[in-house]
Amino acid sequence: MSENILTPEEIIKTGELVFKKTKLMTDAELSYCPGCGHGVAHRITMEVIEELGLEEQTIGIAPVGCSVLAYEFMNVDMQEAAHGRAPALATGIKRVYPNKTVFTYQGDGDLAAIGTAETIHACNRGENITIIFINNGIYGMTGGQMAPTTLPGMNSSTSPYGRDVHTMGYPLKITELVAMLPGTSYVTRQAVHKPGLVRKAKKAIKKAFELQMENKGTSFVEIVSNCNSGWKMTPVESNEWLDKNMLDYYPLGDLKG
Amino acid sequence: MEEVKLMKGNEAVAEAAIRAGVDAYFGYPITPQSEVIEYLMAEEPHKRTGMVVLQAESELAAINMVYGAAACGKKAMTSSSSPGFSLKQEGISYIAGAELPCVIVDVVRGGPGLGTIQPSQADYFQVVKGGGHGDYNLIVLAPATVQEMADFIELAFELAFKYRNPAVILSDGVIGQMMEKVVFSPQKERLTDEEVDKLYNSWATTGKKNGRERNIITSLELVPERQEAHNHHLQAKYKKITENEIRFETFNCEDADYLLVAYGSSARICQKTVQLAREKGIKVGLLRPITLWPYPSEAINKLADQVKGILAVEMSAGQMVEDVRLAVNGKVKVEHYGRFGGMVHSPNEVLDALETKIIGG
Repeated sequence: MSENILTPEEIIKTGELVFKKTKLMTDAELSYCPGCGHGVAHRITMEVIEELGLEEQTIGIAPVGCSVLAYEFMNVDMQEAAHGRAPALATGIKRVYPNKTVFTYQGDGDLAAIGTAETIHACNRGENITIIFINNGIYGMTGGQMAPTTLPGMNSSTSPYGRDVHTMGYPLKITELVAMLPGTSYVTRQAVHKPGLVRKAKKAIKKAFELQMENKGTSFVEIVSNCNSGWKMTPVESNEWLDKNMLDYYPLGDLKG
Repeated sequence: MEEVKLMKGNEAVAEAAIRAGVDAYFGYPITPQSEVIEYLMAEEPHKRTGMVVLQAESELAAINMVYGAAACGKKAMTSSSSPGFSLKQEGISYIAGAELPCVIVDVVRGGPGLGTIQPSQADYFQVVKGGGHGDYNLIVLAPATVQEMADFIELAFELAFKYRNPAVILSDGVIGQMMEKVVFSPQKERLTDEEVDKLYNSWATTGKKNGRERNIITSLELVPERQEAHNHHLQAKYKKITENEIRFETFNCEDADYLLVAYGSSARICQKTVQLAREKGIKVGLLRPITLWPYPSEAINKLADQVKGILAVEMSAGQMVEDVRLAVNGKVKVEHYGRFGGMVHSPNEVLDALETKIIGG
């Protein structure tokens, strides 16, 4: 080994804690494909809840989709919703417990197709909840079908020749839609496929939860993510593809607040 | 203290909900039950008891708001009418699967489709037999008076929490819209958050305090062996409910040669039919199921040993009659009579049907 390269022992000295899994992630093995962004999104969400000291007052809602089993991994009280209905459950919880912390964790099929009405109306009422929205442009769990967010020309198992916008419609920018609603306090679009972006996304999630605790209305964090299995790419290819193709249509940054 | 009021059935539901200490009502307007949410909004129960009332964007959203609040151990309810109840079926199946206590009121109107806003009893199948997916049962109470519309709110919540199972008050446009005298019980205090935590700590999602394990409310179990075990658990619960919670009443059955079986507003009409028949010298009795699930099958089966024939009377093309036939198991003739599509039969029409279909048939 060359003298210029530090060994792991030199970087991480005994007795020096450099990273620890948040206690708000369980030890259950994640059901996500290796390379998928869900794991990082879960971790930073739960880190924020721990750092803000909200563990004992948080109720999370898992969707239907790849993260249907989020309640196996997120170590707080959790409810499992029917497809698309998470914002309605969150409304029910928050209305009877206005001082608890309530969040939904939803994918693009769940939030922007079957649950569009629940999403729009919860945001429009300004429910004091936080919505974490994972947009990977595809239905992952059911095997890679076209989602409301699938890009024009993008292949999926139900758009095998590419999404034809004339017959299949355009990708729905639901985040831009909810940003227009007076009920939302903070609407932002983030990503987690690069270390710097992960740090930014975590900051955004923290701000979202802080605004909820200040009763400012709905806080909404979209995370543009990859689906290497559904996109039929390696994890690295999918991250590169995301960087090159997704961010033009779904530009990163704060839309509101 | 007790109070006597003249009220519509729908208003009685709303007032009874406030007095029963209900925590939250989530609704969506639909005729003929809109008075429930209108009364609640006008009454401002947040000032009286702290009760939450919210108009949702759809029946789908309303039932899922009930899911969220019920999963926190709170007393949550919704109400609707037939087309709206159809929309709630998805949520009801999830609530049954996740074993959440809540109350749903259905003020039935004629169908199918948009149908009519006039009264009907054609939701028996979709309420009593399911309608949502999977093997589940709802506790179903059928009020026949405005007084029962009020009384059954508390009873429905009591049963729902006792068994962690959704309970339905299956009413109809007659009972919902008519005005009668109703005696209200005194105001019950809502449970405090601390009381909810103490009572339902083993399952309610209120935040995992004091070092307890996290609570999870879900109807999902992907391992089929475990999903089967969960279904066995549900079936055992349903058996227990069937053994303990059947409610019905009989009217002039002691010496009856013929029996009418009817629930809700049809039972009210049939009481008059019994009187008219007896004036003509025909000994007719009436059995009114109060719980439609669990169903009073044994009581009907026993009466089948005594009577010569049974007429099931309902404002439908014949839905509950199937349960009467199952209960009677071929012992005597069972026929159905009823106007439907929004029409209400008269006592004389029921008597004519009894004479032609059962006595003369």
